[in-house]
Amino acid sequence: MLSIKDLHASIEGKEILKGINLEVKPGEVHAIMGPNGSGKSTLASVLAGREDFTVDSGEITFKGNDLLELEADERAKEGVFLAFQYPIEIPGVTTTNFMKTALNKIREHKGLEPLDAVSFLSRMKEKMKLVEIDQTLLSRSLNEGFSGGEKKRNEIFQMAMLEPTLSILDETDSGLDIDALRIVANGVNKLKNEDNATIVVTHYQRLLDYIVPDFVHVLFDGKIVKTGGKELAHKLEEKGYDWIKEEAGVA
Amino acid sequence: MSKLIKEDIDKFFIGQFEAFENSLNGESKKPLHAKRKQAIENFKSDGFPHAKNEEYKYSNIAKTFGKLFNVENLSDDNFSLSLDEATRYFIPELDAIRLVFVNGVLDNKLSDIDTLPKGVHIQVIKTAADDYAEDFEKHFNTHEIEGADNFSELNTAFTKGGVFVKIDANAVVETPIACYYFNDAKNSDVISQPRNLVIAEKNSQASLIESYVTLGENTSFTNAVTEIVVKDDCVFNYYKYQNESNQAIQVGATMVHQLGKSVFNGVTLSLNGAMLRNNLNIAIHKEHSETNMYGLYLLDGKTHVDNHTVVDHKVPNCESNEMYKGILDGQSRGVFNGKIFVRQDAQKTNAFQSNRNVVLSDDAEVDTKPQLEIWADDVQCSHGATVGQLDLDQLFYLRARGIDKQTAKSMLLNAFASDVLSNIKIEAFRTLIENKINERL
Ligand SMILES: Nc1ncnc2c1ncn2[C@@H]1O[C@H](COP(=O)(O)OP(=O)(O)OP(=O)(O)O)[C@@H](O)[C@H]1O
Ligand SMILES: [Mg+2]
Repeated sequence: MLSIKDLHASIEGKEILKGINLEVKPGEVHAIMGPNGSGKSTLASVLAGREDFTVDSGEITFKGNDLLELEADERAKEGVFLAFQYPIEIPGVTTTNFMKTALNKIREHKGLEPLDAVSFLSRMKEKMKLVEIDQTLLSRSLNEGFSGGEKKRNEIFQMAMLEPTLSILDETDSGLDIDALRIVANGVNKLKNEDNATIVVTHYQRLLDYIVPDFVHVLFDGKIVKTGGKELAHKLEEKGYDWIKEEAGVA
Repeated sequence: MSKLIKEDIDKFFIGQFEAFENSLNGESKKPLHAKRKQAIENFKSDGFPHAKNEEYKYSNIAKTFGKLFNVENLSDDNFSLSLDEATRYFIPELDAIRLVFVNGVLDNKLSDIDTLPKGVHIQVIKTAADDYAEDFEKHFNTHEIEGADNFSELNTAFTKGGVFVKIDANAVVETPIACYYFNDAKNSDVISQPRNLVIAEKNSQASLIESYVTLGENTSFTNAVTEIVVKDDCVFNYYKYQNESNQAIQVGATMVHQLGKSVFNGVTLSLNGAMLRNNLNIAIHKEHSETNMYGLYLLDGKTHVDNHTVVDHKVPNCESNEMYKGILDGQSRGVFNGKIFVRQDAQKTNAFQSNRNVVLSDDAEVDTKPQLEIWADDVQCSHGATVGQLDLDQLFYLRARGIDKQTAKSMLLNAFASDVLSNIKIEAFRTLIENKINERL
């Protein structure tokens, strides 16, 4: 589904990603871990099509197409979804209105009719239940004045609404208490099927108790320096990153 | 024809006044004419603002007038506006008391004022000066107000074809009064100087819309004044809408005298024109009054819009809120100057002001200036001004959900404008403005 080959990316002339290789197949869950500033969010942003970052070399193919050729909204229409580490507040735009516009743009791209008001509402209700988010929150301005947890839940709600094929969750767990974490993880698991895939960026293995990864990758200084199964996450939690640095010969 | 400079323009208008005076038969002894004569004398002292005039620093009206206006191709009675044509510029689906002015003069045929709701009186200002002599004596050009200038004087001097509107005490007028000012510049350049006096008596409620349109390719110069007297326990809503031609120069003063404890809401919406200068001057004379001023200027091309507002807190315990927003594209220019006076007696005043601008192109420009003059000590005042671009993080967030750039931009700008537009309480009018904005964005 997703294939990243020797990806180099920079911002303002500073190289952040220094040769990323990653293969993601349908049905898989990949976790990306790594210390602060190692480039996890940068990778997520580059995948989602953020224009501030320059891709200097390398390839990304998604469902057989060159992802780098597509603009951010075209990628979303093709099924890429980024749950933001820091969701943006947009005064004056309600989540409901936002989702209606987004959903219908994606449907239009797929050659589908816009959803009528009734179907849209019932879909909203169904997905709201999934992440236990309140109606009143969705009729307010997007993320404005939301708590950290509410913002994260709203991201997963949007993911549920749009049903992407590749979801990238950038530290969706940070700032969530254990109950909220369970709700969010449960939402993600329910949306999982054999045709879609998830990339989970996290610092903590706790989330991975709920969203069980098939692969765990360690990103360090712009490169994936180690890949393993879910036991790698436990080891990282226990021992920190120093042993990896040594192993990778970068300490 | 060589371009006129300020001194020529001053002379030209003084000459126009002499011709105008000669055309008025049997009025020379009337009080109204004494006011006209006094006003032209006041105008003569300084004429149009000099290039260095601080209040017109960014909006040199004389220069623009000299550049665009051809006084040799001037006529204000060379028009042929039909109701069909005018209707195209009316606010769709709006049930209104309709007043249509052509080149500054009320046109009875195009207006719809034969049957007025109970408690509403409308008359052309020239005859109203006789029929409502007492009101005129008390209120016509009698209340001193900050922000009045030589354009107001010039307008007073040419008082003729505007209207007098009176809302009786206790009348709640649900149908808005809509004034459509047409400049018919199809055959020649035109000057129009409508002058209105509106009196809202005690405990009445009414809404007034003023909309300005220039037809044809020639230049128009509008110099309008509307005085609004608001008495005790009134709620008065005022809307000004400018979707003018590229050849329209306009100076318009709205002078609001909140003589009684009252609420005044003003919304100014500017979409197009060559140079539009809005003076919104408000004086609060009685305690426990409330004043709200909202504005949106959505500009592109070479449109230049200058909003100067004054709110003068003369008495304690009043509140004023001001929020003006601008969206500027192309080579457009926006100017905002908001003055707040809090007089020594006006303790416990709350006055808030904000002016926010989004600039979409490299060539558009904004000048914004708050001016607070506060002599009282127990007051709460705040002001803020911002000039920025579209927020790229917000834009990316929307696009990351599948919304294309154009739609995302339009959503953000609509959201930006929405807290001004939500103050348009007349639905048909708000819909029109929203549609105009969507066409543009
Ligand atoms: N807009 C930017 N301008 C300049 N440098 C940036 C920008 N965004 C990120 N960086 C830099 O790129 C590097 C990687 O940042 P990134 O946000 O990808 O790290 P991360 O692994 O997600 O960290 P965290 O765990 O703290 O979220 C950091 O050194 C950061 O300072
Ligand atoms: Mg990050």
